[in-house]
Amino acid sequence: MNWTRLLVMAKKEVLQILRDPRSLAIVFIMPAILVILFGYGVNLDIKGSPVYVFDQDGSQQSQDLLKRFQASQYFHLVKVVDNYPQLVRAIDDGSAKIGIVIPWNFSEKLHDGSPVHVQALVDATDDNTANILIGYTQGVIQGYSSEIQIEALQRRGVSLQPASLRVEVRTWYNEDLESSAFIIPGVLALVMSVIGAFLTSLTIAREWERGTMEQLISTPVSAAEIMFGKLVPYFVLGMADTIISALIAIYWFKVPFRGSFVTLLVSSAMFLVVVLSLGFFISVLAKGQFAASQIALLVTFLPAFLLSGFLFAIEQMPVVLQWFTRILPARYYVSVLKNIFLKGTPTAMLYADLVPLALFSFLLGILATRSFHKRLS
Amino acid sequence: MFSRMRQMIIKEFIQVLRDKRTRFILIGPPIVQMLVFGYAATFEVRHVSTVIVDYDHSQKSRDLVSRFTSSPYFDVIAQLENPRDLSGAIEQGKATIGIQINAGFAQALENGQSAPVQVIVDATNSNSALVAAGYITQIAAGFAQEYQQARIDLTAPQLRGTIPMVQLDYRPWYNPDLRSRWFFIPGIIGSLTLVLVITLTAFGVVREREIGTLEQIMVTPIRPAEFILSKTLPFFLIGLFDVSLIAVVGSSWFQVPFRGHLSVLFTGAVLFLLCMLGAGLLISTVSSTQQQAMVTAFFFIMPAIVFSGFGFPISTMPQWLQYMTYASPLRYFLIVLRGTYLKGVGMDILWPQMAAMAGLGMALLLLAILRFRKSLD
Repeated sequence: MNWTRLLVMAKKEVLQILRDPRSLAIVFIMPAILVILFGYGVNLDIKGSPVYVFDQDGSQQSQDLLKRFQASQYFHLVKVVDNYPQLVRAIDDGSAKIGIVIPWNFSEKLHDGSPVHVQALVDATDDNTANILIGYTQGVIQGYSSEIQIEALQRRGVSLQPASLRVEVRTWYNEDLESSAFIIPGVLALVMSVIGAFLTSLTIAREWERGTMEQLISTPVSAAEIMFGKLVPYFVLGMADTIISALIAIYWFKVPFRGSFVTLLVSSAMFLVVVLSLGFFISVLAKGQFAASQIALLVTFLPAFLLSGFLFAIEQMPVVLQWFTRILPARYYVSVLKNIFLKGTPTAMLYADLVPLALFSFLLGILATRSFHKRLS
Repeated sequence: MFSRMRQMIIKEFIQVLRDKRTRFILIGPPIVQMLVFGYAATFEVRHVSTVIVDYDHSQKSRDLVSRFTSSPYFDVIAQLENPRDLSGAIEQGKATIGIQINAGFAQALENGQSAPVQVIVDATNSNSALVAAGYITQIAAGFAQEYQQARIDLTAPQLRGTIPMVQLDYRPWYNPDLRSRWFFIPGIIGSLTLVLVITLTAFGVVREREIGTLEQIMVTPIRPAEFILSKTLPFFLIGLFDVSLIAVVGSSWFQVPFRGHLSVLFTGAVLFLLCMLGAGLLISTVSSTQQQAMVTAFFFIMPAIVFSGFGFPISTMPQWLQYMTYASPLRYFLIVLRGTYLKGVGMDILWPQMAAMAGLGMALLLLAILRFRKSLD
């Protein structure tokens, strides 16, 4: 390899990037946008869900129960309707997430001392929200039930302290259960997949499509020089993006950073080599830019988005898919990121993720070098 | 005019379908993505690995522990003797939840005090932590309620049957088993269509510009409006084919019910494709290379998906973001998809979504045509 030629190749690529100021701006704005998008846009902590009520009883007791829903931060009592179809309509068109039906004999049954059922119609299209809401509703109803039981006993001269369990939950690593702290570290993997794979996959394909590859081939530049010359500028951009995203995460979103910054940089460099090699490999394989971009989407961005544990917990996937994630570099990188940011795991204990990541970057680097030949046709 | 357009449309079809790779990309990746996405995307929380320390060794504490071991939500992997092992298991990532019952638990219950149960949750994944903590609270509340019932029966057997009780009777509508897949599959259908049609359209036009064939076409007698129409019609048809393909594969493979009318879904899909074509064209008018088009498209695609309510409820976003979700065509299409698939509602409820998509689509197309004219001058 000749360093001067390599440098010239890199310079040409840098010039090509610089000549397109919009793309360059995008490269620097994108990490910020992605971090902000996911930092603000993804929040699974449900509060203030719209509730419609059909109170058939209209008694003091039913009002007491409804007050408990009003007092809870999880519910927002929007409207009291006076017939069933109205309630159904509200759930159908999405204006209510939950509809509470209090039966007409609610206070009567409470008075008689017999069990009474309060109905909750839950819009379960979104199963996660529905699940959490059912839990909160259960909490409200059980609290009310326990209290009227104690009252009824007292009226009959039996004094009894309410039995209760005090569940003291301590949430480790993400004390306030912030969705942003859970999501944002993984966004770094997304940013790098985009920069690394998308942009590079297009750079070789573009040369083929425009016919400038023939011109390159006729020069004395070697295949390896073309490859490194093309990849080095993107590597630098990718590392800059990592640092930008990390800074926004730490200083804007206040995501805790408890591990070592050096480990963050080293693991990011390894992952960047992985995605750059993949992107390069794809662009050699797919000669058209559209095909290249679609394949890059399929093999780098989607795994980073879906199968890395960035958003969806790997343990909850079917077992076959869990095995499959083991051959995805993004999985190891996301795990390293979450460990460094939230847990502050010492680097020595991260070998289970770092070793596979290093291995992948080595293997894919070799694969990319081998794949590209200076040949026409 | 029509013969000119016919020629143009034939040319476009030939161009898209000629290449074996592109043909494959229109069919292969969408199906693969549908399947992988369908299996991976879940917010369900089941079989959470749990460790328990029981210091009380009483009948009551064992009763509580057995409620955890028999729950489908928790996999009790070990009952430990030492609290240090408990925190160790969480630090090493072997367990997500640690439950500690201190000595004096049964005694506290007996005295009518609130009996503490200590829980440590690894909250790296804030959603899993939130849902799991909810399940723990529910189990504890159920335990307390039964305990109180037993105690009432014991201390005042003469009052049995006269003490009131309120119970929750919940009905998860549209998705009675709370399956995450039913929620995600319609969303995936929409998102995949979005990505495919936008990139296809944007690339299709930019490629002509980049290779220089756009000038060649423009010197022919074809008018810009005819050019755009005949350029987009094939993409529209391909998009319609793909959305049907994805929808059929997704809903039959994952057995998602379809409860509405096909005609409603079809109308929604046509309007949605209109928006996507408009967006793709607009992107193509502001990009001169395919790399630019890719990056710009990405900037449209990511927010459109995050803001659509695809996986993250819109109601939990900050207010200013909630306003921005109205600009995402996918937001409306997802309501139509979920409305027809799960809720089985018709035009009487979905018309606002249809109107919004029609409006957005018209605006985008108009803007694209205006900009396209300008970019030719």
